[in-house]
This record gives sequence, C-alpha cells and structure tokens, in this order.
Amino acid sequence: MADIKLTNLNKSYGAVQILKDINLDIKSGEFMVFVGPSGCGKSTLLRSISGLDSVTSGTLEIDHAVVNEVPPSKRGIAMVFQSYALYPHMSVFENIGFALENQGLSRAEIKKKVEAVGEMLQLTSYLTRLPKALSGGQRQRVAIGRAIVRGAKVFLFDEPLSNLDAALRVQMRMEIAKLKRDLPNTTMIYVTHDQVEAMTMADRIVVLKAGVVQQVGTPMELYERPNSVFVAGFIGSPKMNFIAGTPAKGLKAKTIGVRPEHFEFSTAKTDIAGTVDYTEILGSDSFLYVTTPSGMLTVRQPGRTEIKTGQKLNLKPIAQHVHRFGDDDMRLAN
Amino acid sequence: MTAQIIYAFITVVLGVGGCFGYFYGSNWLLDRIFPANASNDASAVRNLRIQANTRPWLFLGPALILLSLYLIFPVIQTFWLSFHDRAGNKFVGFANYAWAFSDDEFRLSIFNNILWLAVVPALCTLMGLVIAVLTDRLWWGNLAKSLIFMPLAISFVGASVIWKFVYDYRGEGQEQIGILNAVVGYFGLSPQVWIALPFWNNFFLMAILVWIQTGFATVILAAALRGIPEDTLEAATIDGAGPFKIFYRIMVPQIYGTILVVWTTITVLVLKIFDIVLTMTNSQWDTTVLANLMFDWMFRGGGDFGRGAAIAIVIMVAVLPIMIWNIRQANKEQGGH
Amino acid sequence: MLKSFSLEPSRIALNLAVLFIITLWTLPTAGLLISSLRDKNDIAASGWWTALASADRNQVGRMKGKADQVEKDGKFVISGNLFEGQDAVSGKVSAFGSKVQAPEANAAGSTVDLEGGQTLNVNVDGSYVLTSPTAFDNERGSRVFFISSQPPRFTTENYETVLFSEGIGRSFVNSLTVTIPATIIPILIAAFAAYALAWMKLPFRGLIIAIIVGLLVVPLQMSLIPLLKLYNAAGTFMGVPSKTYLGIWLAHTGFGLPFAIYLLRSYIAGLPKDLIESAQIDGANDFKIFRRIVLPLTFPALASFAIFQFLWVWNDLLVAIVFLGSGPDQLVLTGKLNALLGSRGGNWEILTASAFVTIIVPLTVFFSLQRYFVRGLLAGSVKGG
Ligand SMILES: Nc1ncnc2c1ncn2[C@@H]1O[C@H](COP(=O)(O)OP(=O)(O)OP(=O)(O)O)[C@@H](O)[C@H]1O
Ligand SMILES: [Mg+2]
Repeated sequence: MADIKLTNLNKSYGAVQILKDINLDIKSGEFMVFVGPSGCGKSTLLRSISGLDSVTSGTLEIDHAVVNEVPPSKRGIAMVFQSYALYPHMSVFENIGFALENQGLSRAEIKKKVEAVGEMLQLTSYLTRLPKALSGGQRQRVAIGRAIVRGAKVFLFDEPLSNLDAALRVQMRMEIAKLKRDLPNTTMIYVTHDQVEAMTMADRIVVLKAGVVQQVGTPMELYERPNSVFVAGFIGSPKMNFIAGTPAKGLKAKTIGVRPEHFEFSTAKTDIAGTVDYTEILGSDSFLYVTTPSGMLTVRQPGRTEIKTGQKLNLKPIAQHVHRFGDDDMRLAN
Repeated sequence: MTAQIIYAFITVVLGVGGCFGYFYGSNWLLDRIFPANASNDASAVRNLRIQANTRPWLFLGPALILLSLYLIFPVIQTFWLSFHDRAGNKFVGFANYAWAFSDDEFRLSIFNNILWLAVVPALCTLMGLVIAVLTDRLWWGNLAKSLIFMPLAISFVGASVIWKFVYDYRGEGQEQIGILNAVVGYFGLSPQVWIALPFWNNFFLMAILVWIQTGFATVILAAALRGIPEDTLEAATIDGAGPFKIFYRIMVPQIYGTILVVWTTITVLVLKIFDIVLTMTNSQWDTTVLANLMFDWMFRGGGDFGRGAAIAIVIMVAVLPIMIWNIRQANKEQGGH
Repeated sequence: MLKSFSLEPSRIALNLAVLFIITLWTLPTAGLLISSLRDKNDIAASGWWTALASADRNQVGRMKGKADQVEKDGKFVISGNLFEGQDAVSGKVSAFGSKVQAPEANAAGSTVDLEGGQTLNVNVDGSYVLTSPTAFDNERGSRVFFISSQPPRFTTENYETVLFSEGIGRSFVNSLTVTIPATIIPILIAAFAAYALAWMKLPFRGLIIAIIVGLLVVPLQMSLIPLLKLYNAAGTFMGVPSKTYLGIWLAHTGFGLPFAIYLLRSYIAGLPKDLIESAQIDGANDFKIFRRIVLPLTFPALASFAIFQFLWVWNDLLVAIVFLGSGPDQLVLTGKLNALLGSRGGNWEILTASAFVTIIVPLTVFFSLQRYFVRGLLAGSVKGG
C-alpha cells in the first residue's frame, strides 16, 4: 500500500527549471500514466519520485512520510528502465536476485523467491542464461521480474516498451495489464508517449507540457472533457480538428474542437463546405481529408467510404461533441 | 635462489594484499560504523547519507595521496629548486636559466632535441601511414602489423643491445659481425663506427626510436583508416581518381585529426627521450639531449640540483602546450564517434 | 577474400613491399635471437646471418701419440678421429694438410705421403689413418690442419651461463617482484578513483579530473631528485633502508596513476547510466556496485592498462636505478643488462642471451594479449610515454 503525494514540486538543472510546481495525488494501487511531448519532463518527474534525481523544492511523500532525503533503495520503489538495464555479465537468476542479495537474504530464500518470480513470468527455463541470449520480450520480463521480486510498493516504468516491435509491444502491454491485476496493491507509475498505451492501461493519466501538469484524469475524462487545446490535441488519434473563425464565433468560442468521428454530412450551406482532398481506407475505418476555409479537417467514417477524392461536401459538427475553447485556449464551460 | 623466490612471493602477496585490504577494510568499517540497515528508518537514512559523503574519499584517497606525493610535490619542489643554487640553499633568481641558455652543452642538447623532433615524429607517422595503407588490404596484414608493432614491447635497454649489435664495428679488413657494416662492406665501402660519428650518430640513435614507435603509429592509423566510409573511396574511384590521388585527397584528409594526434604523441615522447641516449652512447660523442643533460646535472659529477631543475622545467614547459592540444584533440575525436 | 590471392602484378609488388618492410623491421631482433643461440666463438667470428648456412671453417686436430700405435703387416699404424676428444668442432672434412699455411692441400679421402715414408689418410667423417714403416716415438701426435664445413649449430649454453652464473636468473625474480605489485596496485587504486570521478557525487570533481589530466605532462625524470631526498629523509627518520620494494611499487604507482585514471575514467564513465542507477535502486552501495557491476564490465580497459603498466614497469630502467639498490637482491633485469653493457660490452654471447631473457616476458605478454594492448593504445593515444 503506498500513496504518493507531490506538493509544489520544483526541479531545476542550474538555471533551467524543468518541473514547475507539480501537485499530484497518486492513490495506492493506482496505475498512473505520465504522457507529454518529448522533453517535457516525464522522465525527470519519474526520476524525482525514484530518488535518482533530487528535487529543488517542494515535498514528496510516499505513504505519508516525506522522502525527499531518502535514498532510492529505501523508498520501497522499483524501476523498469527503457533500456532494461540488465546487468550483462550476470545470469537471469543473478539479475533478479541482486536486490535480494543486497538486502542480505539467505541463499535459500533468494532461490525460492527468484524461482517463484521466474515461474510467474515464464522465465523458468531461462534462469541460467545471460541477458544477451534472450529476446527483447524476455529481457523485458526479466526487468519486470527484478521489480517484482523485491515486493516494492511502487513500480516506476520509463517507456518500458519503446524498444520492442509493434506485435511484441501489444503482447507486453497485456502482460503488464495482467501484472497490474495480480498485484492490486502495488502503485504503478508509467511513462509513455504512446497514447494507445496511456488510454488502454491507465487508471488515470497525467498530461505534462514543459514541466507543467496540464490535466489529470481518467482516460475517458481526458478524451471527453479535455481542459485545454493542448490536451485535446494530444489525446486521441487521429488528432482532434480545431476550427477557428466563423464556426467558432457562432458558438461564442475562439476555437472549437471536433474529433474526426464527430462530423455529420449535411446539405445546409451554413455548414462547413469543403472538397475531399484525399481518402484513406483502413478497412474498419476510413479517413477523409477535407479542405475547407477553416483549414484541412479529418473526418472518420466507419467501414469503407463511398466518397471519392474531389467530391464536394458540407460538414456539420455534432453539437453535443463540440469542445469549446476560449482566448486562453482553455475549455469553456458548456 | 629458492629463498629469493619465496621472499619475493611473500613480498608480492603482502604488497598486493595490503592494497586490497585497505579498500575492503575501509569500506567494511564504514558499513559497520554507519550501518544502512539500522534499527529505525531515520537513522538508516542518516547513515546512508554519511556513507554517500564519505565513500568517494575512501575511493579517491589513495590516488590523491600518491599523486600529490609522487607528482605534485616534485613539480613544486623542482620549480623551487630551479631558482636556487646547487645544493638548494641560496636563492639565485633566474641564474640557473641564464646559465642554461648560455651553456654550450645545453645549446647542443636543444639542437639535438630539435633534430629529433624534426625527424622522428615525421618519419614514424609517415612510415606508419604507409604501412597501414599497404597492409590494409592484405590477408596477412594483421600478422605484418604485429611484427612492426613488436618492438614497442621491448625495453630501451633491450633495444640498445639489439642495435648495438646492428651497429657493431670491427676494424677494416676484419670480418664484420654488425649487419650494417657488413652491408656497407658488401658494397665495397669501408666500415664506420656509426654511433661515434659526430652529428650523424644522432640519426643512428633516432633510427631506434623510429623502429620502436612506428608500430604505434601504424596501429592507430590503421584503425582510423578502417573508419573511413568505404563509399567515399568508391565514389572517388568512380570519379576517376587513381590510387595515389585517392590516398592524399580522400583518405589523408579524413584521418587528418588522427595523424595529428599520432604526430604530437610521438613529439611529446621525443621531448622526454632519455633511455636510448643513456644506454647507447651515455651522452658521449655530442649526442646528449635535454633529459640526459638534466640527469647528468642531477646525478653525476657532484650534482647541481638547481641547474638540473631548471632544465626539467624547460622540458615541462615545452611539453605542456603540445600535451594540452593533444588531449583536446583526442577528446574531440572521441566526441565525434 | 579470394581476390587477395590473385596474381596481378600490383598485388605481387604490394606483397613484396610489405615483406621487405617486415624483414627490415624484424632483422635486428632476429639477429639477437640467432646470435644468442650460437657458440660464443662463432658470434665473434662471423655475422649471425651466416649461422643458418653451413660454413667452412679452418680447424686443427692433433693425432694420437706413440701409446696408441699398433703394428700391422709390418707397419706401424695410428688411427682415430679428428673430431673425437678434441677441441675441433665436428663437421664434414673437405680438405686437409700437414702445414698450417695449407690446410686445403689435399682433398678429403685421399692418402698423402709425408716425410720418412709415412702416409696420412683423412676421410670426410674425420677419421684418419697414419702409417709409418718405423715405430712412432713421439709422445704427442702431430697436428693435422683441415677445413671442415659446419652445419648450422646452435646451443643453449649462453642461456645456461647467463641464467645461472651471471645473475640474470636472480634479476629475473627481482623484476617480477617489482612488476607484479607495481601493475596490480595502480590498477586497483586507479579503478576506484576512476569510479569515484565518473559516478559519485563529490565536490571539486571537475577540478580533480583536470589536475590529473594535467599531471600527464610531468616528465618522470623531474620527480626523481625530490623523491630521492624524501625517501632518504623518510628512511633515516624511520630507521629503515630507503631503497625498498615498497618504495618502488609506490613510485611506479604514482607515476602510472594519471594515465590509468584518465583511461579508466573515460571507460567507466561510458558505462550505461541506467545500469548504475538500477543497481542503486536494487540497494547496492557504491562499493558493491563497483565490485559487482563496474569491475566485471570494465575488464577490457583494465586488461589494456595492465598490459601497458606491465610493459612499462618491466622495461623501466631509470626508476629502478633510482629507487632500488644495485645489490643482487634488488637489481632488476634492465639494470643488470645495463650493467653488463658496461662491463661485458664485448661479450656478445652474454649480452644477446641476457637481452633475450629480458625481452622474452614482454614479448610473450604482448603477443598473447595484443588485442587488449591495441585497444588500450587506441583509447589512450595521448599518453606521452
Ligand atoms: N541532467 C540534466 N541536466 C540538464 N538538463 C537535463 C538533464 N536531464 C534532463 N534535462 C532536460 O530536462 C528536460 C526534460 O527531460 P526528460 O528526460 O524528463 O524529458 P522526457 O519527457 O522524458 O522526454 P522523452 O519523451 O524524450 O524521454 C529536457 O529538456 C532535458 O534536456
Ligand atoms: Mg524520457
């Protein structure tokens, strides 16, 4: 059981402030995902929680105890690195058992625990191998095994799947989801820039931009009620359409946001007129790229579309799915 | 002899064991006094912090002490001595330096050093480059390079015996056992006492250093050559460049940085050259160089530490800028990879 | 690869050129090795390059005296072999004669008439038959001068001499006593320091690194006098001899440290950061991280520095002269060789064999660990010697 609470957390490298006034409440057993563009400070935030980087100001609490000064090994955390960070000269067994060895456990205990973890992760037949003789997915599992074996209260993952190919990534995603179910009391913090991972795995998502928390919420909250243009544009694929000008003014907003699936075709001249520039047919969905006076809009159609390139049409955003943003690019209340 | 071996073995074990003992012992003690698994968390955290602040100095301590004692202290001391008289008692200002620059032998040393500097680095680098290029495409190239490289493992004294034997001289008419005189004799010329020929003997000493250092140049340059992208050479071939043109227009410019590093490394070595002169001629026959002159003033003929120290400072001042440049260059090279 | 074996003229020229350079480079060492295996008289008499072919040689043998004569068919006969029990070096006799000026007078196998009706027959294998119509009455036999062709002939005698009676063997042990700790101690000290400078948080880190790199330029000779004074003072103060093995180990360690730290630090700093941090999270302290993670992964750099330092210490003359005594219990190989160069300058059989003994260890180290040596050179190409 471990709550994590960050209060007014700041982190600077020299004069450059990387994290700005972060306030977060992570509940025990929660799966929290950090997303944001590259360089926004996701890793730095994670490393501050782990204790590998010290914070400049603010407090960090784990289980209601301030841990700012506590070294990583005493914080009850485990970390899975993007590069896996397996010790190349140690066997899988030794890799997993290293932390236990440092805790001063007896050989028999280490053996028992490592074997149990090996079984759980289907690594039993690889325990004597060196990491270089493992596949990417197996290495990933060893890295996770190292975290599990210590019984850490908090798991920190920094883009753990980004080195894997697409198929393996899907598989490992499911394995981590399963791991989450098996360890319901373990708090997990997961950094990614893959929004499919974020949407499918997270209990809650934290969106960061330039070291500032933009929004915290469940995947559906972020999808349905993004509180700024940035979050709206960041979550969802293909990207949300942003329309300024007349259509927005009509709704008393500076910009309105419409997801590609939230358009209707209409014949009314008042709606947005455009020409289909290009179509992409994926099978389950089709995308239309439509040039309009408000810019290029993406429209999603279920199944195969009959609409051809060059065709002229009128687009009407579905009213209840329109997101309105004000002059400060923040969401306007409905 | 057996006693000696046993004695040596014990000494070795004690020396090496002592060193291991320090590192294990001091770290063990630290973990003991400030245990990381203390009863309560707060003191464990405090202990860990103390450990983290102390341990670097346990690791660095021996190195810092030895460096201060064996290098920093002597540099300061030498600097100080160079402004004092022969026994190091009386301050004499720049007198030692003034003496040095008016002394014939010092001038001769400088002249010889410059001669070495002009010849050895250039010749080693050039030979190294040529051999590296020639052996690059040869299936037995690595073997060839090892053989060129081998003298690097031989001590200067060993090399001196080898080369004294090469330069050996027997009176005219006798059968020569030195191969150089034998070759000269084969062409009908009269044998020479090579290492006693004023001025020219310098070159016979330099040959030894070239023989030793060319392997170094070869290995480094061969590695650099291997780093040249193959396609630039192919492109040049397609552009109609011949082998020589490819060599000096395409290959050499691409490894220019490495060539300079090799050149300057050997230059620094040459500035400090000592052993070859000591063992081959012992500074006789006008072959003395700065380091040997310094050595002579310090250790021979009663000794004049002031003068010796002044010469040492001259050597260091000469080496310093090249070395700094060299390290910069090497770091740049590494950064580029 | 196959292309390399093709016989285009340019390739032949290339091979020949490289062959020529290699020959030039190995000739001096080959001369040393071959000479050290030759008979000491041969070394001084002819160039080592003649040792591989059979050589003609003027020799002299003395025949047996009257004690060995037998009477046969009314003649007195002395027979024997010129190579047996004599100074002559065995070989194949090609010609012989009874006068020192003309050893080539008669072809081997022929029988010649000598004064007083005596006849002499000498065969290729050196066997001779001397006959006389009257009894021999001289105590010692007369001499035969002959030319024999010698097959290449090698001996390990020179090595036996230098190893057991010239003190080289003892010096060999001394050299090992100096070299082994003077290689291991700096590696250990430098590796710990390099790790601290690469991965540990400590004040003045940049400054310390800069100073260490700066110390790479100090010419060794410069530190000798101050250190010698210091050693003498320390020796007097503590009432111990100032020339000790401990003293030279520490000296070599001190001199080797800047390069060692420089080389190892850049290697250790290049290890993946994740690995070190992962171990920190796993609860390993720095000593453990160093021992269990860093040391095993730094092996290649350690090996290359070890080879460097080994060769450097083994081959060193100067530091040994200054910091060790010249008694048999402390004189190292290079020092011994240097002393021999002075005292036995003309005795090439001693010098060549001794020299080869001194270079055999570094050469073995070099050829067996060449890979690491090259790697170290590439990493540390800024060391100024
Ligand atoms: N040790 C450091 N010193 C100075 N600046 C740093 C340091 N580490 C990171 N930064 C800077 O902090 C910012 C945030 O880096 P961080 O690694 O947290 O980004 P990130 O969100 O994880 O990006 P990515 O998705 O690419 O991994 C970057 O601008 C980076 O340049
Ligand atoms: Mg990151």
